[in-house]
Amino acid sequence: MITDEIVDLSRLQFALTALYHFLFVPLTLGMTFMLAIMESVYVMTGKQIYKDMVKFWGKLFGINFALGVTTGLTMEFQFGTNWAYYAHYVGDVFGAPLAIEGLMAFFLESTFVGLFFFGWERLSKVQHLTVTWLMALGTNLSALWILIANGWMQNPIGAEFSYETMRMEMVDFGAVLFNPVAQVKFVHTVAAGYVTGAMFVLSISAWYLLKGRDIGFAKRSFAVAAGFGMASILSVILLGDESGYEAGDVQKMKLAAIEAEWETHPPPAGFNLVALPDQAKGENSFEIKIPYALGLIATRSLTEEVKGINELVADNEQRIRNGMQAYGLFLKLRQGTATAADRDSFDKIKQDLGYGLLLKRYTPNVVDATETQIQQAAQDTVPHVAALFWVFRLMVAAGFAMLLVFTLAFYYTAKRTVFKKKWLLRLAFFSLPLPWIAVESGWFVAEFGRQPWAIGEVLPTFLGTSTLTEWDLIGSIFGFVLFYTLLLIIEMYLMIKFARQGPSSLHTGNYYFEQTGRGGTHTADAVYADKIKDQI
Amino acid sequence: MLFDYETLKLIWWLLVGVLFIGFALTDGFDMGVGALLRYVGKTDEERRVAINTIAPHWDGNQVWLILAAGAIFAAWPITFGASFSSFYWALVLTLFSLFFRPVGFDYRSKLANPKWRNAWDWGLVAAGVIPPLVFGIAFGNLLLGVAFEFDEFLRISTHGSFFGLFHPFAILVGLVSLSMFTMQGASYLMLRTDDVIYARARKAAYWAAASVLITFALAGIWLWLGVTGYAITQMPATDALPNPLAKTVVPMDGAWLANYRTYPLTIIAPVAGFLGAFGVLILAKRDKAHPVASFLYSSLSLIGIIMTAGVSLFPFIMPSKLNPSHSLTIWDSASSHLTLNIMFWAALIFVPIILIYTLWCYKQMWGTVTVKFIQDNEHNVY
Repeated sequence: MITDEIVDLSRLQFALTALYHFLFVPLTLGMTFMLAIMESVYVMTGKQIYKDMVKFWGKLFGINFALGVTTGLTMEFQFGTNWAYYAHYVGDVFGAPLAIEGLMAFFLESTFVGLFFFGWERLSKVQHLTVTWLMALGTNLSALWILIANGWMQNPIGAEFSYETMRMEMVDFGAVLFNPVAQVKFVHTVAAGYVTGAMFVLSISAWYLLKGRDIGFAKRSFAVAAGFGMASILSVILLGDESGYEAGDVQKMKLAAIEAEWETHPPPAGFNLVALPDQAKGENSFEIKIPYALGLIATRSLTEEVKGINELVADNEQRIRNGMQAYGLFLKLRQGTATAADRDSFDKIKQDLGYGLLLKRYTPNVVDATETQIQQAAQDTVPHVAALFWVFRLMVAAGFAMLLVFTLAFYYTAKRTVFKKKWLLRLAFFSLPLPWIAVESGWFVAEFGRQPWAIGEVLPTFLGTSTLTEWDLIGSIFGFVLFYTLLLIIEMYLMIKFARQGPSSLHTGNYYFEQTGRGGTHTADAVYADKIKDQI
Repeated sequence: MLFDYETLKLIWWLLVGVLFIGFALTDGFDMGVGALLRYVGKTDEERRVAINTIAPHWDGNQVWLILAAGAIFAAWPITFGASFSSFYWALVLTLFSLFFRPVGFDYRSKLANPKWRNAWDWGLVAAGVIPPLVFGIAFGNLLLGVAFEFDEFLRISTHGSFFGLFHPFAILVGLVSLSMFTMQGASYLMLRTDDVIYARARKAAYWAAASVLITFALAGIWLWLGVTGYAITQMPATDALPNPLAKTVVPMDGAWLANYRTYPLTIIAPVAGFLGAFGVLILAKRDKAHPVASFLYSSLSLIGIIMTAGVSLFPFIMPSKLNPSHSLTIWDSASSHLTLNIMFWAALIFVPIILIYTLWCYKQMWGTVTVKFIQDNEHNVY
């Protein structure tokens, strides 16, 4: 028996492990790319300091990467362990990009990451550079395939329900591949990863500059991060994945919820800067609006309208009624009592079958749903508006704060006066958590906003679970929390330890702690700083 | 499409087997090295030698496991859900033990504190022992039948318990699997180390090979005399749309040996399993063992034993002891024709590419890892 508690616990476990996994993924996405850029500079200029940069930032990258690998395995296993019906119902479509990800991307990334770390003495300069680029390519391709899978959950095109096999089946692989939601998501997500990598390097470099340590090393790292970060944050903001909210009704509902847009307004709609959504009443009890802005952002036009939540609910109610019919026909087809006419009508309305399944929460037979149950199910298609509204704004605020930081960092780097701007270095250092706030909020909006669907308009989340007991889930969640907390403490400890040591941890003899000794004079470093000043 | 549905269903059974074999041959020796870590390495530096023989490769090798799971998801979606949820706790514990590998390898030597390093070493041992044991126990349970059934909408309900998995026969298969991985790890260490570590690895290879021979033989006898297999008495055409509820299956003594009678050539599989392990046993006994030959024999044994499991079950993937007619077979749990076809081409293109660059990586990093190498590269290696 699948209870609401089992569904909620399964969701909780997936949410916790996915959000935790994504603490490490964006840094990997960004760092592999930056390491490849730094190493390219090294190979082109032959300057040892760039090699040291690759090695040192690579060390920090490695500490992060280990946990990314560790926690990624959990994600794959969970589709089977905790979402068995989901696996059966959509595996024909959803499983393919995951398997291709392994074949095309994850093998590439994981095979070459080993050579990246251990191949310095064994490979020629160009060979090693190639390895680093292949690792970065693998990481990014990996993101592509995962987001094709995730994009299909949001906007499931290229597939059809088959009553014979009782599942969704692929009919057009090209459509799954070039799903507009997936494409937009991919660009937005990898660019967010680049921002994370850039902010990581920028902040820690700023800290060295504030401490007056390893100036030449930190300045160069800061400059690479400022440039790379500037380009990336612009991409994230300009290619924000709101444009993907055009496709599919679930995405439209998500957009309306994010904007707390209850009623459809004549275009272009105003943007709610502040709102206090009242879910029960279907309105905002308070709002501050910027005229026209929402219509412009969401539709990039002055004439297209943005549908409001209440109108979408009314549409969904109709689709639920169609879904009930579809389900009735589907039962006949399964039992073999359907006529040819039944089959034809089923094919016509089967795209609404998923809406019919929403009623399973209230009545297992679906076709006997009462008027109240239909209304309830229609209301269920609205995700939690206040949560989406505010978390989305948190993401955007973090994004614009980073735009400011990178703009300043880029400007003063170009003017070559970053060195002297202590306030800017401090700002850069304290901005370190921003990318994580932004990416975790972004995923929350994307996935919490997809509710009540596991696969938009196809499979309600509550139907996707495995047949487990509450105690199975409580036990495994407890285990994950315990292990993940311990691992995070260890990871942070090592990360901070090595970030504090800086490039001295490479034991080349050229850096701060090796030249002056702990607590010794800083003369050597000052001399070194002077020496390299001319080179910058 | 180049192949008809029936052929593709068969090809995917073979491909999943290839992925399992890829996993066992490569990640198998990583896990074997982990399991033997505290035996082959008595000092910190010796342990670092053992770890650094696999340092550049373990992550790539682990992808065989990820890919095998991904391929089951894509090619047999209902089997993926049914098996992973039936073995819930076994797999959660496997995951927890696998957590120790990435962090164990990368973090272990970053601090000099002996307590820290010892703790991670034990973690790596756990990560080398638990997964092969669990995978073996899971395979044993496949042969015994798993307690699951479907409702009319193909929602699976599982009725097994975690402790129910520990049937003595399943534990025996778990030991076969653990011995296999340990033998592979020991053979790999013989290839990449010298001196005392080599000597210990040789000894470990000898005992692991002996253990493979004994446990594999015992499991075979038990399977023959004591395990009730399953047989299909009626089923839809092999190229029909997959429907796990449409066939009739009955429990039958000796059914797991039926394929060897029908297709006598398949006897090669268990023979290779024994022959390989026997080769390792003979070679490891000699003072001047031949590590390359030993590793090849060990690999042959692993291939043979995995094929034995596949051939015995064929065409079953996961029989149900609760409702045998709901058992999952390669014919009725496969993905659609289109998906199998797309995945086939993806595999056909990428598996050779993967093999080429993986071999290139091994070639670049090849050589004996010594204690002196660790001392010279203290800050650059694991």
